[in-house]
Amino acid sequence: MTDKILLSVEDLVLHFRTSKGDVRAVDGVNFRLGRDEAVVVLGESGCGKTSLAKAILRLLPKNVSTYSGRVYLNGEDVMQLSDEQYRRQVRWLRMSMVPQAAMNSLNPVMKVGDQVAEPCIIHNGLNKEQALAQASKMFQHVGVPLDFLHRYAFELSGGMRQRVAIAMSLVTSPDLIVLDEPTSALDVLTQANIFNVLKGIKSELGISFILITHDIATSSELANSVAVMYAGQIVETSDAHRFFHEPLHPYSQKLMASVPRLRGHQEPDFITGQPPSLLFPPTGCRFAERCTKRFDRCSQEPPITEQDGRLVKCWLYS
Amino acid sequence: MAEQNVIGKAQNGGLAMDREIADDVLLSVQNLRVWFELRRFGFGHAGYVRAVDGVDFDLHYGKTIAIVGESGCGKSSLMKTILGLNTPTKGDIYFGGDQLTAQRGENLRIYRSKIGFVQQDPYGALAPFMSIQRILEEPLIVNGIKSKEERVRRINKVMGEVKMSPPEDFLQKFPHMLSGGQQQRIVIARAMLLEPKLIVADEPVSMLDASVRVEILKLLRGLQEEHNLAFIYITHDLSTVRYFSERVFVMYAGQAVEKSRIEDLIRNPNHPYTLALLAATSDPDADNATRFRDVPPGEPPSLVKPPKGCRFHPRCAQMIAGLCNEQEPPHFETEPDHLVACWLYK
Repeated sequence: MTDKILLSVEDLVLHFRTSKGDVRAVDGVNFRLGRDEAVVVLGESGCGKTSLAKAILRLLPKNVSTYSGRVYLNGEDVMQLSDEQYRRQVRWLRMSMVPQAAMNSLNPVMKVGDQVAEPCIIHNGLNKEQALAQASKMFQHVGVPLDFLHRYAFELSGGMRQRVAIAMSLVTSPDLIVLDEPTSALDVLTQANIFNVLKGIKSELGISFILITHDIATSSELANSVAVMYAGQIVETSDAHRFFHEPLHPYSQKLMASVPRLRGHQEPDFITGQPPSLLFPPTGCRFAERCTKRFDRCSQEPPITEQDGRLVKCWLYS
Repeated sequence: MAEQNVIGKAQNGGLAMDREIADDVLLSVQNLRVWFELRRFGFGHAGYVRAVDGVDFDLHYGKTIAIVGESGCGKSSLMKTILGLNTPTKGDIYFGGDQLTAQRGENLRIYRSKIGFVQQDPYGALAPFMSIQRILEEPLIVNGIKSKEERVRRINKVMGEVKMSPPEDFLQKFPHMLSGGQQQRIVIARAMLLEPKLIVADEPVSMLDASVRVEILKLLRGLQEEHNLAFIYITHDLSTVRYFSERVFVMYAGQAVEKSRIEDLIRNPNHPYTLALLAATSDPDADNATRFRDVPPGEPPSLVKPPKGCRFHPRCAQMIAGLCNEQEPPHFETEPDHLVACWLYK
């Protein structure tokens, strides 16, 4: 069983210090990701999903007040490593990331081929020629013409730049790639193209993905399983099939109902109110204030209960 | 090379119209072309960017038309021309009887004040150093409403209309203190201030969270019903069009390739480009992860030298050699009120 699990996150906590108090961006997160699988972390902006990615990859800003929990990668707790060991052994080599708006974060004065090759030189110890060969291999995987190796970022379209960013995350052959909103700034056809590329990589290279997004419709393009995040906590984890068919948590149900659909006829709805402040999250269930199924027990923190292999943090199911 | 707007001249001779405008038409866009001249070293002519190249439609009072297309298809240039910010190169726009190219100076300012504009990125559209009160007062001051009481009355009215009440809670705040949805409401309130008959909304929900999108669309629809507002809804996302608009036209490389009612477009899409757009739009379904989507190869063409004939032909799987790559397709009517510019339907 354990060798099927690639990543296991347990009680991960990441709080930031601000002048008003601690922001509880990630507040006790648990989830697992199997080999060759993709998990989607769904949630509204400000729910802590990008912070979760940063916590897993240990890309932390300076104002961290609490950072704890366990992150098992292939059974090894990488939280025990020092920052330097983590940098040398884990980041890039075993896990890499395509940050949000990656296509706009390419270096404008460096050829994209050199940029993609650079992590190989630093982390895999290849020389420049080998690294460029590796980069051109990755360009083929993501469908970028090879003569683009010698171009600059401004000469490429948005979709091509996004592919280059994905190629860069692939080049050190990691086991896991974290994608933060990989398609949110792109056109529909380009989005579909990028997801085709990701599906191809997943089946050909056997890479696992954590996909962070608020776009439920496109998230279903890659998801094997889904984790719904609300106010710093994961409120539901489920396999994709049952989630998209019938979500359990009232928040997930509302989220699904808010998706405008191209096919089918149900009128989309919206969630009234706003997510709570992460400075002073409410005691008890954090969604209770906006929940239509609220009852008296919701003032206490709900336990995580199992429903046929799906996990849900809601009093309705316990 | 620098871009410069070609000084507009209506080539159709002053007030002569291409076609008659019915009484219930608010906005009539007639064979509109917006070209930007490319200059070499500041003076030498180096061609044109044909951002809008022959667009033709009528918008009736209180109705919505959705313009769907990818970035670079010319929808923003079309929008800016309707707003009176670009000058048409050819063709003209009639708005409530006013001819755009005949407007100069003060008249042009009045023309602009009659159309509301909702921008894509609410945070970018609101000046960060101004309070909400200042932001909303500015258009009223510019448009000559001198009495402070009148301005406050109008501001309170629109704040109520966009459901930001009580207004006092928000007016002294700055844009960064509001959530994305609230910022977009302020942008909508600002567009409503001068009581326009038409609002141009450029991707009003694409920067917002899924849970807020529907709320904003419903708000816009409510305003439309209450004030008999006409809307131009610009987007690349076909799934939201259904909930907001009756008519849609699909733009590709500066031209409208398909025009119809939205139900007809989804039920019976004609143009290969429309088919590709529909096929690429996902609904939440776990089976999506197991199949690849059909996407036409290549990218939209350069608008400086668009392909000869149909502009979609280099990417089209059903291209008819000798026809599609030679002659520009006219609009064929495939069913009532459903036009498509494609040789497959001749």
